[in-house]
Amino acid sequence: MSGYDVIVIGGGLHGCSTALHLSQRGVRVLVVEKDHIGRHASGVNAGGVRQLGRHVAEIPLSVASMALWHRIGELVDDDCGFECHGQIKVAETEEELADGHARVAELRALGFSHEEVVDQAELRRLVPAIAPHCVGAVVSRGDGAAIPYRTTFAFKRKAESLGARFEEGSAVTRVARAGLNWRVKTAAGGRFEAPVLVNCAGAWANRIAAQLGEPVPLEVIAPMLMITARLPPFIKPVVGATGRTLSFKQFPNGTVLIGGGMLGRASPDENRTELDFTNLAINARTVWDLFPVMRSATVVRAWAGIEARMPDQIPVIGPSGTELGVFHAFGFSAHGFQLGPIVGRILADMITGNGTPLPISPFRIQRFHQPAVAA
Amino acid sequence: MSDVKTSYDLAVIGAGPAGLAAATLAARQGISTVLLDEQPAPGGQIYRSVTETPVRDPKVLGPDYWHGAGLVKPFQESGADYLPGTTVWSVSRNLEIGLSREGAARILPAKHIILATGALERPFAVPGWTLPGVMGAGAAQVLLKSSGLVATGNVVLAGTGPLLWLLAWQYLRAGAEITAVLDTTPRANWRQAMPHMTGFVRSCYIGKGLKLLLDVRRKVKVIGNVTALRAEGDGQVRSVVYRQGNGAEQRLPAETLLLHQGVIPNLNLANAIGCAQSWDDAQRCWTPQTDGWGATTVEGVSLAGDGAGIGGALSAEHQGRLTALDALHRLGRIDRQQRDRDAAPHREALEKARQGRVFLDTLYKPAQDFRVPSDDTIVCRCEEVTAAQVRDAVKLGCSGPNQAKSFLRCGMGPCQGRLCGPTVTEVIADARGVSPAEVGYYRLRPPVKPITLAELASLPKREDEIDAVLHH
Repeated sequence: MSGYDVIVIGGGLHGCSTALHLSQRGVRVLVVEKDHIGRHASGVNAGGVRQLGRHVAEIPLSVASMALWHRIGELVDDDCGFECHGQIKVAETEEELADGHARVAELRALGFSHEEVVDQAELRRLVPAIAPHCVGAVVSRGDGAAIPYRTTFAFKRKAESLGARFEEGSAVTRVARAGLNWRVKTAAGGRFEAPVLVNCAGAWANRIAAQLGEPVPLEVIAPMLMITARLPPFIKPVVGATGRTLSFKQFPNGTVLIGGGMLGRASPDENRTELDFTNLAINARTVWDLFPVMRSATVVRAWAGIEARMPDQIPVIGPSGTELGVFHAFGFSAHGFQLGPIVGRILADMITGNGTPLPISPFRIQRFHQPAVAA
Repeated sequence: MSDVKTSYDLAVIGAGPAGLAAATLAARQGISTVLLDEQPAPGGQIYRSVTETPVRDPKVLGPDYWHGAGLVKPFQESGADYLPGTTVWSVSRNLEIGLSREGAARILPAKHIILATGALERPFAVPGWTLPGVMGAGAAQVLLKSSGLVATGNVVLAGTGPLLWLLAWQYLRAGAEITAVLDTTPRANWRQAMPHMTGFVRSCYIGKGLKLLLDVRRKVKVIGNVTALRAEGDGQVRSVVYRQGNGAEQRLPAETLLLHQGVIPNLNLANAIGCAQSWDDAQRCWTPQTDGWGATTVEGVSLAGDGAGIGGALSAEHQGRLTALDALHRLGRIDRQQRDRDAAPHREALEKARQGRVFLDTLYKPAQDFRVPSDDTIVCRCEEVTAAQVRDAVKLGCSGPNQAKSFLRCGMGPCQGRLCGPTVTEVIADARGVSPAEVGYYRLRPPVKPITLAELASLPKREDEIDAVLHH
């Protein structure tokens, strides 16, 4: 009746990417978004495009997604502000560097070569501003960063140009079977139907999953970021630390973004986050230690996005365990941005019936529903 | 900070008339009260430096300014703690205040918080307003009050509103020369304001206002009905170009151009806390929602003074007292009956101080062309975004100021929207053909004032460390 083949719930990067890949194949898609496109985690994250340091299960997806990032303009007609200057995980002690060696060896054994260990001299060449006590680093030279909202919006616009439709300001209140279709009701009184439903609802995805009879232990988190006033350019790569939490990069306009997952407080029902400055201060001290050049910097703004985190820190990707015609992609646990391009393709592959060549079984939703072992 | 307690019953933020009056009343009732203020001395903007201005001749700044001294003395005797030179950069919903003082940051908890953050000059975006030599009339007034400084060379004042005339008057009293005052008040405003004249005639404004206007007009060339204003110059303003109505373009030499088109609530802190705000169509600005006692939509946070809606210095003072009485009631110090009884004289005084406000708001409502500037005008100074760029973003689907941040970075610079927010709201509303109420305003985030990384890194981790910072 409505003429849609697929309804995607959630207009974040994963929802928009799914809509784009489906639209490319002639599938009629409707994206239903409770706020506006990229309003939450997709629009306000740190923009890291990172293979470095990923959970082993995510690496094949991450590597495949990286290939899409390097041709992102062909995919969405916009370069998304993507710049490739590598990502670096600094080791502050010999022990941390030894961990780096072990990690790179593990990846080599699995057939992945994107990570490498560099010594102090090479670290200093890549990041001249690094504090002298840092002894080396693990580097992924093909990594980089992009502009999150611009990226999400580019996926939306491209999908729209291929026929996808977007219902913004429409909060889904109910999903239910209606014959062969799924019927989606919104708070504003909208009703939409399609044979296939995709749950990309981010921090709100557990509410959809629960309606499908497969509740998940999703935790709503609010990772914080802060940004400084402009400084003269002094660093190109994105830098993290091994022994403490940090994501550090300078934009072309000179402002410096400091993040790394220190948490504020999220109120998902109010669309609100509250910052925890005692936690942000930990980030500030890390930057103080690692980048002496930053000691006189001025913080002009801080914020937090609303994200979903799973207990095992990896997302849910794949078909529903309870219902036919339903697929999930959520719970990216504060590192989903880089995976956006490939996750849309994976879902499109599955929905159009070809299956995906990528190993996604670690991400199945059923992992949270194993029968309890009898004592 | 050895004189600071680890927490307070009441924290008042801002030492202008509202904050001084609120803190004085509350502290006299014996509750532990602290007044936090960014400036080195009390007075806020309106009574800036009233205890220490080098301008000792009372005729220069006028009796309304010196009224402020009468607020400071009772405050000093009230028993309230006073922290000048303190930047408040955050207030959380559980009433923890993030502040910086003497290069170190700390978190100060309170049981109730009164925001008395006052007003800001409404941005006046015209072509060339970012040139050195162009500044707000309010900023020029601050220089006069705090340092006795006046601009020299060709000084042109342009705009509308009482403060423009007050500054002109104070400048003349201080012996400065003014080349011209370019009055941008739209002619039609007079017609619209007339029905509200009765309230104004009964108010305290009329006598003083008329005298001031006449004084200025006697000594300075005043050019009325000014439209199409812009500043020109090469690295520094050299001339001011304007039209009168639809007349031919005219030019005046100017080394200093002082712009003003009214003041609006400084709502950044209230907004960042999450206090609901609404669009005030009469004053063309966003105003935090408050009840008759200044209570906001966030439990434990009240607002007094111009930050709750522009009413002027006398209104602010009375509002400060009403808000403090309600805080005393909420803190369990007085019962409801006593609050209401004690409030009666302040309420009466507030009503009186508010008379004539509608007339002023209507008369000095800035012209559409100066609220919704032309395409080539920079609206966001921090990120150098023009009105044309904002309009282009609207065409791409940008529906409000928050998306404008994502599209254009406007509002994301160090000023946190203070210099662009109202303009961006009006430009987007105009381009979409809807009310500003519909396009909304920036969701602001702490720190609402920039803090250094060093200050943030100095934030104590645990209780014992907080003590160490307090008693160093």
